[in-house]
Amino acid sequence: MIVDARGSYCPGPLMELMKAIKKAPVGEIIEVLSSDASSAKDIPEWVKKAGHELVEVKEEKGYWRIVVRKVK
Amino acid sequence: MRVAIVGGGVAGILTANYLAMRLREEIRDKKAEILLISERDKLLYEPGLLYLIFNKLEEKDITKELKYLLDPSVKLIVDRAEKLDLENRKIKTKSNEFDYDYLVIATGSRIVPEEIPGLVQYGDWFYNLDGAKRLREKLSRFKEGKVVVSVMGIPHKCPVAPIEVTFLLHEFFKIHNVRDNIELVYTYPINRVFTLGNVSELVEKMFEERNIETRTFFNPVEVKEGKIITLEGEEESFDLLIAIPPHKGSQLIIDSGLSDDGWVPTDKFTLEVKGYDNVFALGDTTDLPVSKAGSVAHFQAEVLAENLSAEIKGLPPTARYFGKAVCFIETSFSEATYIWFDYETPPTFVKPNRFTHWMKIAYNRMFWLTARGVL
Repeated sequence: MIVDARGSYCPGPLMELMKAIKKAPVGEIIEVLSSDASSAKDIPEWVKKAGHELVEVKEEKGYWRIVVRKVK
Repeated sequence: MRVAIVGGGVAGILTANYLAMRLREEIRDKKAEILLISERDKLLYEPGLLYLIFNKLEEKDITKELKYLLDPSVKLIVDRAEKLDLENRKIKTKSNEFDYDYLVIATGSRIVPEEIPGLVQYGDWFYNLDGAKRLREKLSRFKEGKVVVSVMGIPHKCPVAPIEVTFLLHEFFKIHNVRDNIELVYTYPINRVFTLGNVSELVEKMFEERNIETRTFFNPVEVKEGKIITLEGEEESFDLLIAIPPHKGSQLIIDSGLSDDGWVPTDKFTLEVKGYDNVFALGDTTDLPVSKAGSVAHFQAEVLAENLSAEIKGLPPTARYFGKAVCFIETSFSEATYIWFDYETPPTFVKPNRFTHWMKIAYNRMFWLTARGVL
């Protein structure tokens, strides 16, 4: 599942990820695309607190790709 | 030329009044017409609800009929808009249909407490009149236990109101000599107590001084009797839950296919709805990274009225909105601060003081002049 939150500002991308996590089945991979650099810090922090798995944080051209697996 | 404004909140009323002032001659000469379509015939001054719950303001102080607020040249249509047809420039209402040359979407935002199971049954809020009246009664009787002020989604109207209500609850309980019997907790969805970093730092310090506990990364998914359950897998007990329920844009926006969540894709500088050069959006209904607050609607209405009236007169529409917002922050019943910010400028503060509080109290009365386009 891809959550394209590019153009949205903090905390928009994180809120979009939360919405996606609520709907997704356990085991689903969710990719968040965000043009707001603070997402690269805030999203991993939240994923850790919420007990999901952070698969990858990667800087692409002009945006960040943050990949999360829902584990519970 | 017909300008149709859909929505009778602050954004719609101010746009109508500013346009009426700028198009006085054109309206008189029948070259321009302003329609305001609103499903309600009254305006509720929503910031007043914060005072209503502490019995500082009453319903009559914070509601006025639209017909007394609107410029007499604005045609008020009290009807529910059911569909916006942007391709064919038509608005379908419950009992009629209207054409337009320019459309202004000012349909605002609404609370959707029903989206969190159990919240309607076990929670309270002050984000609408009925909820605020119920909370007024409960607060007057609350003498001991745990109060949780919980922000259950971002964005929501008036971003600083949850902070203000927490400060005021602290003082209210102190005045009634029951603060020592009450645990006061504030929760927020992200990893700090507010979206803007420096506001967060100040508020966290002030909460600590007042023995107000905080929970961050706290996203309620269900409310049970006396207990909140979060997406993060935590539980928080409460005796009184004051929720800031999740918000959505108008169902009209969703039903018209403009977006899935009711927030209208809007140009951040011109306020044009993306893809249409004769449709504009302002106030809470936009998807812009600005506060859903009356001051934002006010400053946007100034820009929009300047540009729309220019277009109608054949002049260049050169005004731009730069994200300006001003919010008072009440820190007690006798002191307040305020923040001013825009797209590029982070907020700065003044130390909480009496004068700013008096300004806020005065503005609660003066707001009706703003609504009329005077102030």
